[in-house]
Amino acid sequence: MKSTLAITAVIFTIGVVTLPIVWGDNDFRWQEMNEYKNRSTGVAAVINPAYKEECGGCHMAYPPGLLPARSWTRVMSGLENHFGDNAELDAAAYQVIIDFLLTNSADNSDYRRSRKFSSSIASGDVPLRITETPYFRHEHDEIPDRVVSANPRVKSFSQCNACHTRAEQGSFNEHDIRIPGYGRWDD
Amino acid sequence: MKTIMTCVLLLFSVSVNTAQADDDTVNKLLQDYATQGVLSTDEKQGEQLWQKIFKGDGEFTERSCTSCHTRDLTATGKHIKTNKIIKPMAPSSNAERFTDSKNVEKWFKRNCLWTMNRECSAQEKANFIVYINKKIKF
Repeated sequence: MKSTLAITAVIFTIGVVTLPIVWGDNDFRWQEMNEYKNRSTGVAAVINPAYKEECGGCHMAYPPGLLPARSWTRVMSGLENHFGDNAELDAAAYQVIIDFLLTNSADNSDYRRSRKFSSSIASGDVPLRITETPYFRHEHDEIPDRVVSANPRVKSFSQCNACHTRAEQGSFNEHDIRIPGYGRWDD
Repeated sequence: MKTIMTCVLLLFSVSVNTAQADDDTVNKLLQDYATQGVLSTDEKQGEQLWQKIFKGDGEFTERSCTSCHTRDLTATGKHIKTNKIIKPMAPSSNAERFTDSKNVEKWFKRNCLWTMNRECSAQEKANFIVYINKKIKF
């Protein structure tokens, strides 16, 4: 009786310890635990009010931890033609926003997923779109067109929050994915 | 006595200001346009320009204010490119409209450039404002 209890306790403990790992991400690496202060599988959430207001006025306020500092610098240097739109800012807002982006960029972040974005990009490359980064492509290479570009409720990979229901909170966990018209996504 | 009078006047002006915050912004904008030579406003012309379709390029060959804001100023719009929800334009449906003149000018600049490939004139902006401001939800 006692040994049955002990075995049950051991199994339970293993379960409790490994559950967050199994749930957290399927490409978990133990050695990475020590590399990053922040062990979250996400990226830092967007908390800057000016960024939310000015950039989030037209599109999802992309977490800065999805692109390296050099990319944000280039994005911010061409706001008069920002992917076909004028997105110029006054000097005060510009400074607040560029400071926020650079401080929290993928290469300056200690979030695990941010580091993956950062390390996937060759040092000479300056991608302007999150969707151009090798890590993004790798993570989405199995997603068929019909659920994204041919899906009127998604339209494009740029609409992170169409499927990643907690994208604006910085979570891109698989378990938070709900593809409109298709539901959960498990690979 | 003088102090009491001042207090009453002060209270009065504060209450008037809070009650007509929107009108203040609209008036300020229209006054700015007046100093730029706008002598009168035309709601009808505002409506026509709002619904006019302009030739664009790239992904969007036809562009209009209504591309994102819809033809109904009291309805919720959607950014044609990013799908982002846009709150109704008419102050009668969205009390945030015309409460910050700097914000109004910012969006005029951005959106006139996207739609018409040029900035709007003071006259065009004045017409838009009277058209949008008067739109009542039935």
